[in-house]
Amino acid sequence: MNRLEFSSLYQLTVTRFKLTLREPEAIFWIFVFPILLALGLGIAFRNRPADVLPVGATTPQLVQALAADKGLRASEMDEAAGARALAAGNILLLAIESGNGVVYRYDDTNPNARIARMIADRAIQVAAGRRDAAEVRNQLVHETGSRYIDFVVPGLLGMNLMGSAMWGLGFAIVDARAKKLLKRMVASPMPRWQYLTAFLLSRLVLLAIEVAVFLGFARVVFGVPFRGPLWQLALVCVLTSLVFSALGLLVASRARTMEAVSGLMNLVMLPMWILSGVFFSASRFPAVIQPVVKALPLTAAIDVLRGNMLQGMPLSQMMTPLAILLAWFALPFAVSLRIFRWR
Amino acid sequence: MRYSSSVNSSIHDTMQHVSRVAAMGGGPSLRIRGLHKAFGDVRAVDGIDLEVRPGECFGLLGPNGAGKTTTIEICEGLTTPDAGTVELLGRNWQQDANELRQLIGIQLQETQFPEKLTVEEVLRLFRSFYRHGMALDEAIAQAQLEEKRRARVGGLSGGQKQRLAMATALVGDPELLFLDEPTTGLDPQARRHVWDLVERLKQAGRTIILTTHYMEEAEQLCDRVAIMDHGHVIALGTPKELIATVGGEDIVEFAVGLKATAGPSTAFAAKDAANSAQDDNLEGAQGVVDAEALKAIPGVQSHRVDEALHQLSVSELHTAVPRIFAALEEQGLHLSEFRTHSATLEDVFVRLTGRNLRDE
Repeated sequence: MNRLEFSSLYQLTVTRFKLTLREPEAIFWIFVFPILLALGLGIAFRNRPADVLPVGATTPQLVQALAADKGLRASEMDEAAGARALAAGNILLLAIESGNGVVYRYDDTNPNARIARMIADRAIQVAAGRRDAAEVRNQLVHETGSRYIDFVVPGLLGMNLMGSAMWGLGFAIVDARAKKLLKRMVASPMPRWQYLTAFLLSRLVLLAIEVAVFLGFARVVFGVPFRGPLWQLALVCVLTSLVFSALGLLVASRARTMEAVSGLMNLVMLPMWILSGVFFSASRFPAVIQPVVKALPLTAAIDVLRGNMLQGMPLSQMMTPLAILLAWFALPFAVSLRIFRWR
Repeated sequence: MRYSSSVNSSIHDTMQHVSRVAAMGGGPSLRIRGLHKAFGDVRAVDGIDLEVRPGECFGLLGPNGAGKTTTIEICEGLTTPDAGTVELLGRNWQQDANELRQLIGIQLQETQFPEKLTVEEVLRLFRSFYRHGMALDEAIAQAQLEEKRRARVGGLSGGQKQRLAMATALVGDPELLFLDEPTTGLDPQARRHVWDLVERLKQAGRTIILTTHYMEEAEQLCDRVAIMDHGHVIALGTPKELIATVGGEDIVEFAVGLKATAGPSTAFAAKDAANSAQDDNLEGAQGVVDAEALKAIPGVQSHRVDEALHQLSVSELHTAVPRIFAALEEQGLHLSEFRTHSATLEDVFVRLTGRNLRDE
């Protein structure tokens, strides 16, 4: 302890760590918020049993035939009432008994209505005596790893790594600059590289806690799979955090006020929140902008995280996004060291 | 100044003093030659030469914008001069920056330490930057922050924050200490506390360079003072020498109005008869003071008027004042204000620039 007491790098790191922990808001955004978000999304997009489709029919015989299929909920109504129920969206299809057969009234642009048409027709034909030509069986799959929560957890992890690294560095540095503390520090014999390194070191300690808490929660509550090697997952988290720390450093390297740095932060992060595939696959964006989308650091980070967690891919198969990440670390770091304003 | 320190610590201080001064090896602690620095069109520092001797408390006194902070920040290696050389402890910033950072202590204007750290934590952090320095306890004791040791910075008063800033300058046990406006914005009591602290540091033999725009502060603390204005040093010397340049030890200030027709004030009742003879001339005089008549009084060195307030610098106050009263009576003027004070550095500044220190 005594030697550490006099190590400036250790003191700077400990100070940075203490300052983060003594900021209640920071604790909320880093630890609590991602868990709440995962919980909310997990509940909203949970996999429900296949929907039962509501349909109407004009005769008791038809209702009986339709109700025989578990995929339908049938009720009896006359044609006028059925038209109203269709218009109101209360039923998807109305089966009308006519002299020489059955008329299906439904909206063929509504996929659910088309499904209702197929199921209803099958039920009525079976009731009328149709027999299947081939013997078939169903095998149902509700596998982890293919659910929305499995998709979104790596996305949220990436987003959280971005947010905590950028806010953590950017705000603290600009705050110190605005309060003339930065100037005071460089007026002392403190080595400048240690000041910045202390940020990275304390970030890594927090990162370990932050990632463990979030992924532990996702594992225990939702059973999100970890199919790739865990040490590689850890490595990717560290790299991602370094990338966004460098970006945070760059954003904070000149700004003198909190307002200025907040604006810059949002300017940098907003496109990535939208484009980088946190909540839905980035491949949905048009082909023209795909090169831009793929070059963003958050896209690369999330791709690698999903590759590891969901597909169990080794890092050696994800060299392109890893190279993109390394470039996003080296470039902003080098630039910000050159342009950093120490006073 | 009063001291609460014990005899023991005075002896200790004196011994430190001796060893410090011996370590200097004779050369000046700070030598500035031909210093220039401009920010855009503003020549903040416009040709300054100074020398500060080891063990001396040297003050840069001047109004805001005189170039004090720019000068001191160039000395601290925080600002690069456009021209000129700075030599500290026989070293310079181009070649020995790392070494110099270890040897000097700096207190800047308006540093805000992190509110959520304690006094002790801030000092421990700063202590870790220095190869040699004080024990934390000693730095805390010197800044008289023992009771606030575990208090967070956010809960400190202005004076305590300032003393913490001084403690961060002291933890490295510096040979040369820079204090930039150490008492600006403090209430009188907190200011006295800081003065007390600086006095102790002087006693311990540290070389101190401080800036201030309070003349009492410079007079109280500094062995020598450089008065600055518009980037120039306009006067240099001990406070005593500088005050002597005003010409008299005391300053008489007065304002006059026309004599009230109802009659003179009781103080001048004896001279009533003499004055009534001049009453006729009074309308024409319009309350104008005959400066030459005043300057002819023995002991009156000079006269100036600033917004109807007349200032005389005076030696032999006890004999001069009755004569001033008499002269004003003779001119048919009555006093609406009258006061005297010992001459200060403020008066030196006024004499040199025609402005008051605090105008800006």
